[in-house]
Amino acid sequence: MRGLIKVGLGVMATLGSMAAWADYSWNFPTPVTPIAHETLEVHNLFMIIITVIFFAVLAIMLYSMWAHRKRDGHQAADFVKPNSRKQWAWVMVPFAALLFIDYVVFGIPAYHAVLMYEDTKTDADMVVKVTGSQWLWEYEYPEEGVKFTSRLVTPRTQVMNVDPKGEHYLLEVDNPLVLPVGKKIRFITTSNDVIHSWWVPAFGVKRDAVPGFLREFWATIDTPGVYRGQCAELCGKEHAFMPVVVHAVPEAEYREWLASKKSGQAQLAASTDQTWGKDDLMQTGADVYAKSCAACHQPDGKGLPPAFPPIAGAAVASTAFMDAEGNMVKGGHLDTVMNGRTGSAMRAFKEELSDVEIAAVVTYQRNAFGNAAGDLVQPLAVKSLR
Amino acid sequence: MTTAANHADHAHHGHHPKGLAHWLTTTNHKDIGTMYLIFAFTMLLTGGAMILGVRAELFQPGLQLMQPEFFNQLITLHGLVMVFGAAMPAATGLANWMLPMTIGAPDMALPRLNNWSFWILPPAALMLVLPFFLGLAGIGPGAVDTGWTMYAPLSIQTGWGMDFAIFAVHMLGVSSILASINVIVTILNMRAPGMTLMKMPMFAHGFLMTAGLLILIMPVLAGGVTMVLLDRHFGTHFFNAAGGGDPVLWQHIFWFMGHPEVYVLLLPIAGAIPHVLSAFSRKPMYGYRAQVYSIWSIAALSLVVWAHHMFTSGMSVGGQLYFMYSTMLISLPLAVLFFCWIATVWRGSVSFETPMLFALGFVILFGWGGLTGLVLADAAAVPQYHNAYFLVAHFHYALYPTTVMGAMAAIYYWLPKWTGHMLDERLGKLHFWTVIVGVNLTFIPQFFVGLAGMPRRIPDYPLMFAEWNMLSSTGALILGISHLMFIYIVIKCVRGGKKAEASAWEGATGLEWTVPSPAPYHTFETQPVVK
Repeated sequence: MRGLIKVGLGVMATLGSMAAWADYSWNFPTPVTPIAHETLEVHNLFMIIITVIFFAVLAIMLYSMWAHRKRDGHQAADFVKPNSRKQWAWVMVPFAALLFIDYVVFGIPAYHAVLMYEDTKTDADMVVKVTGSQWLWEYEYPEEGVKFTSRLVTPRTQVMNVDPKGEHYLLEVDNPLVLPVGKKIRFITTSNDVIHSWWVPAFGVKRDAVPGFLREFWATIDTPGVYRGQCAELCGKEHAFMPVVVHAVPEAEYREWLASKKSGQAQLAASTDQTWGKDDLMQTGADVYAKSCAACHQPDGKGLPPAFPPIAGAAVASTAFMDAEGNMVKGGHLDTVMNGRTGSAMRAFKEELSDVEIAAVVTYQRNAFGNAAGDLVQPLAVKSLR
Repeated sequence: MTTAANHADHAHHGHHPKGLAHWLTTTNHKDIGTMYLIFAFTMLLTGGAMILGVRAELFQPGLQLMQPEFFNQLITLHGLVMVFGAAMPAATGLANWMLPMTIGAPDMALPRLNNWSFWILPPAALMLVLPFFLGLAGIGPGAVDTGWTMYAPLSIQTGWGMDFAIFAVHMLGVSSILASINVIVTILNMRAPGMTLMKMPMFAHGFLMTAGLLILIMPVLAGGVTMVLLDRHFGTHFFNAAGGGDPVLWQHIFWFMGHPEVYVLLLPIAGAIPHVLSAFSRKPMYGYRAQVYSIWSIAALSLVVWAHHMFTSGMSVGGQLYFMYSTMLISLPLAVLFFCWIATVWRGSVSFETPMLFALGFVILFGWGGLTGLVLADAAAVPQYHNAYFLVAHFHYALYPTTVMGAMAAIYYWLPKWTGHMLDERLGKLHFWTVIVGVNLTFIPQFFVGLAGMPRRIPDYPLMFAEWNMLSSTGALILGISHLMFIYIVIKCVRGGKKAEASAWEGATGLEWTVPSPAPYHTFETQPVVK
């Protein structure tokens, strides 16, 4: 018994010292959208109510265990149902209280909250389309013609405990989603492959990205800042490694960012029209391979068969990808990369990668890992085959 | 749980094979009950070992012990093994042992079917875990790795471990449907003369509803996994949007099975616990009728609330409101059960033997599981809880106290009847307190880390979640050790101990306590009459 008490005290001391850490997380993050404010309020109220119910019932049970002990000679009563008006009151009061808590205290705010949550269209200022892919997020601003992908940048060396972990370990991306504060943003989610779920706790929203279907939610962010979240639906092996990072900025700054993003895309379009040399294609291709292909096909191109077949020595990487008339060879290398393979984990990269990136990565795959097809893929060819 | 001592008295029935052949061919409800319980406990240790691997990986941020694809296999098998391999067979084992004895029948109604429904289980379990061990040996892609919910299209995409899981689910389904038919037929036809439905033991009421639910839901799951199989190999597109299918359809099919499944696991225990509470309070069960009606309403309601697992999948406003309010409705019959349990103890003459401790522990911890379920009914707030560790902690508070602590309360309660020996109270109490420390230390931190934003099913996590995870992993180790104590206590009780009398516990009532301990191989050769 004394041992148990010591263990208990130890645990309490650990918990106590942890509670003292100012930035220690144990409840929802500070809410920054109307939905998150509402949710936090309901949550706090409900945690109080259920904690009170729990300890009240526990107290009654402990009292009974103490006061009605056999050891102290307590004689058992023999009632099996309420017999008097007083006992009926004892039965009905908790029942009525629960009914009231369920459908009034809880049910009425929940009704309004559901309506608020689902009202994505009224006064929406802008639309952002969120597409989940194994294992990255793709963001699109349809009205602006801006589109980019966002993926984890935490190096594998930190994950494998070779290097020390950084402050935002697993919660840092190459291209964060940039959003203006004070605007009602209507989000539309979908997916390229399996179901993902887009979640930012500070926004109080989580919605699945379902392939082939559109789902909606909305957020009006009231405070500028960086908000982080993670994919919340198991989506395969890299599920833990597709975070969400949102930069909420004042409107002017958002406009500025949008303009720079657009000019970047224009430059990219110009580079598509040039004829590329082998070295440039191979160099760009190696980068694209590392971020888009290596997770499944592995850095050495050997894959993880049978789900993820090898590229090294694959027939598809040495046979023709275009026929003499300049048409795509069905099931050929370029077709596989651009349109995916139905019924396998290989998804279509047509939307996710630019013409230059596709041309470069296919060239790279055909001329690396001991593959020696020797041919090049030009960005213009990719453009014409879209 | 030896029955060797009793073999003499059935020798006159003719030749019975010995050894392994005896266990393969036995149609005796006690033998089959014992096999079910041993099987369930083996699965509990298997699923437990898997989750200890998971908790070890989660002890610190970063990947230390395994790669994500292996981690996903562990969490998936943990879920499937615990639900279908441990929790359900444990309840069926209890039913096999106790149903005939408590309703005054000589055996189950369909003994050969009974044998068959058990012997389908081990091959099914083997089928489920075989790809895992093959994967360890470097053959194939490993076991199913989609989470126990097997959401399409991930389950269409993954390796052939999924095909094994599909056939395992088929076999497990056949097994539980057969066992359920047996239970229903036994309860409806073999009760002692004079035992009307409303005089039946609560345990039989609980299991009757479980059996009914299983017959309704297991065929739906079997159909669903068959559709996955067809999508995987035969070119159909049930769950493929590109072919006109709908991935969310799978979720409806799965949760139509998955939600009642929770009550499939709860109801046998909710039936057994009142007997324990009543015995150690030396006071008759409070509100028998109210409890029976509550069990019926819980079973009925459980069939119409499934989509509250899918609030973040996207659903119409009407759908969300309906599933939210109908889910809240379940809290009412559950509250009636809690009220009756507490009122049974109230003003009794209470003593705290091991079964009573486990029963009270079940009531208290399951109470917390139920209360946290109430907040999860709120469709608008649920995005913050759903698929986060808060949800994991909630359903473990709902399932661990019922399927493990509740089953242990029942096993400890009836163990003297099975073995003829009283159990070692000192060790039993130590076991109880180890469980209490373990379960709370494991799951309380998970509530907090979930509220802070940690999603479930991730092998690696951001640094801010580190301390809670460390505590939780420590708790899991303690909880794991407690199960080893259970084996030791049971084996010790089988081997010897203080001789148990026919009525082993002072306040115990019911037909099972009118026969000697250990119970004879064929319990009631002449049916007792209940007045």
